[in-house]
Amino acid sequence: MLELRNVSKTVAGEYHIRPTDLTLKRGTLNVLLGPTLAGKTSLMRLMAGLDKPTEGSVFFDGADVTTVPVQKRNVAMVYQQFINYPALSVYENIASPMRIAGKDAATIDREVKKAAELLKLTPYLDRTPLNLSGGQQQRTALARAIVKNANLVLLDEPLANLDYKLREELREELPKIFAASGAIFVYATTEPSEALLLGGYTAALHEGAVTQFGRTVDVYRQPADLVTARIFADPPLNTIELVRDAHSFSLNGEPVIPVPTHLSSVAEGPLVLGFQPHHLFLRAANGHTTPLKARTLVSEIAGSESFVHLDFAGRRWVMLAHGIHDIEQDQTIEVHLDSRHLMAFDRTTGKALVAPPVAA
Amino acid sequence: MEKTWNNKAWFLVLPVLVLVAFSAVIPLMTVVNYSVQDTFGNNEFFWAGTDWFTEILTSPRFWDALWRNLIFSAVILAIEVPLGILIALNMPKHGPGVPVCLVLMALPLLIPWNVVGTIWQVFGRVDIGLLGYFLNSLGISYNYTQNPAHAWATVIVMDVWHWTSLVVLLCYAGLVSIPDAYYQAARIDGASRWSVFRHIQLPKMKRVLLIAVLLRFMDSFMIYTEPFVVTGGGPGNSTTFLSIDLVKMAIGQFDLGPAAAMSIIYFLIILLLSWVFYTVMTQSDAEQN
Repeated sequence: MLELRNVSKTVAGEYHIRPTDLTLKRGTLNVLLGPTLAGKTSLMRLMAGLDKPTEGSVFFDGADVTTVPVQKRNVAMVYQQFINYPALSVYENIASPMRIAGKDAATIDREVKKAAELLKLTPYLDRTPLNLSGGQQQRTALARAIVKNANLVLLDEPLANLDYKLREELREELPKIFAASGAIFVYATTEPSEALLLGGYTAALHEGAVTQFGRTVDVYRQPADLVTARIFADPPLNTIELVRDAHSFSLNGEPVIPVPTHLSSVAEGPLVLGFQPHHLFLRAANGHTTPLKARTLVSEIAGSESFVHLDFAGRRWVMLAHGIHDIEQDQTIEVHLDSRHLMAFDRTTGKALVAPPVAA
Repeated sequence: MEKTWNNKAWFLVLPVLVLVAFSAVIPLMTVVNYSVQDTFGNNEFFWAGTDWFTEILTSPRFWDALWRNLIFSAVILAIEVPLGILIALNMPKHGPGVPVCLVLMALPLLIPWNVVGTIWQVFGRVDIGLLGYFLNSLGISYNYTQNPAHAWATVIVMDVWHWTSLVVLLCYAGLVSIPDAYYQAARIDGASRWSVFRHIQLPKMKRVLLIAVLLRFMDSFMIYTEPFVVTGGGPGNSTTFLSIDLVKMAIGQFDLGPAAAMSIIYFLIILLLSWVFYTVMTQSDAEQN
């Protein structure tokens, strides 16, 4: 179990990591989700022991390891760049952590071959990393992390520099590869979809602060605040400032959306509503959608999906519609909002008005 | 489709051709011209064939100078390359120390070669030079104008002072281009300082090191100005390197034919050795591909 207790990091008087409490359990996959510069890497460096926290302490299995240097912590890390020893063969690269640990030759040979088999590197063991493709280089780095049998495995956007197909492939393999070891996995990413695919737990990061930590699906479905909801939305979250009155959310006194049952406990008064782009539909899909009139701005087609940019009462929204839709610009169309997925936030604090579940 | 020829393209490369002709081809061919002829002045030339080449290649004077030069280059490389790497490794990578170090390192490179020679010529003098006077007052009878070993030491120390910076700057450029993640990864692995150097820094510096070795080899093998100013090739012939000998022959004795032949041999030796260095140092890359 890795515990960060009130850990913070300041550099030149500026917070890189705000005071943070976080507990990661053994055998779990933990995603650090946040945009670039949110502090994902800084937080990982603190977890690994590459940096010492300015304040607070780090505990591993109940023991204070705050001042224990990284070499003595049994940590493995994989980076966005493909980091391998450039002049050593793939075999020697994988063997390197075990050589440093002083394992005997037979064990090293067995472990290297096992890891190579697992990561499909067996045909390339004699090559140097420069003569491998990007995916193979990153797999070599992953193999190095596996043979180390670390307690804490940190993966810092390991797939960001790979092409789409390889990324999909490795993303599927990664949790399986590491699942058996019982270590704590931390995986940093900027992509909400990656966090959802990986599952496990997610810590949402914003400007050096963990805004929410919990099961990935819970954080996604019930973000604690507007900031977390925005971090977990790609394309960006749609929002609108409305006022809750007796039966509906209204804009300038005009009712816009009837209050759905899950938000019935929300007190009357001003608030912010947010929803994911894929909860807007072109057609009324079920009994829960509310028709809204919006003006079309631009529509983009990406693969089998269409992004339709809309203007609704001066707010810019995005609708993620399945299938390819040829939608003309500057037209008023009717879109349908699935109100079951509406999220309500306080207008000043941004806190969710319906309390999210506590992390199990 | 039939290929179309457009001779206008030649006009576009013409300026370069003219430039190369005047800066390289014509001077080189003039030297070749001299090397196979004899002249007694009055612009009269007589065919001499390979006589001058035979004369040079059988003269002990040439071989002595060649050996001196080879030993000098070997010593220079053996000192400047490791020393340059060592200094580069210890230079700061961040903060206000960086520009200070860079300027300090660049200073010797900005001084004209004959001035470097003059500085050391005065510096080493027994009567007024700081170094010479100091060494002698310590009881070491240092005198580079009389003792060949002292003359060599002076020329070598001077060259190290003058040119190690170049190796440092090249290595430093190679070092700062290594992403920080490599060092982090090594720290996490618990790699020793030596293995970080051996397995990360050295392989990443390989390309710039190749350039540094080639440049330092060629320059030290062609060294002329500094030893000429300091020792004038002496005492005796002890610091007479090929270039100094060549100038003595061509301008001092006005033996244009032998001097031209020697130039060509000298040029071919540098070309050959540079090729050897290059091939050896890029060998490991080629093997893998």
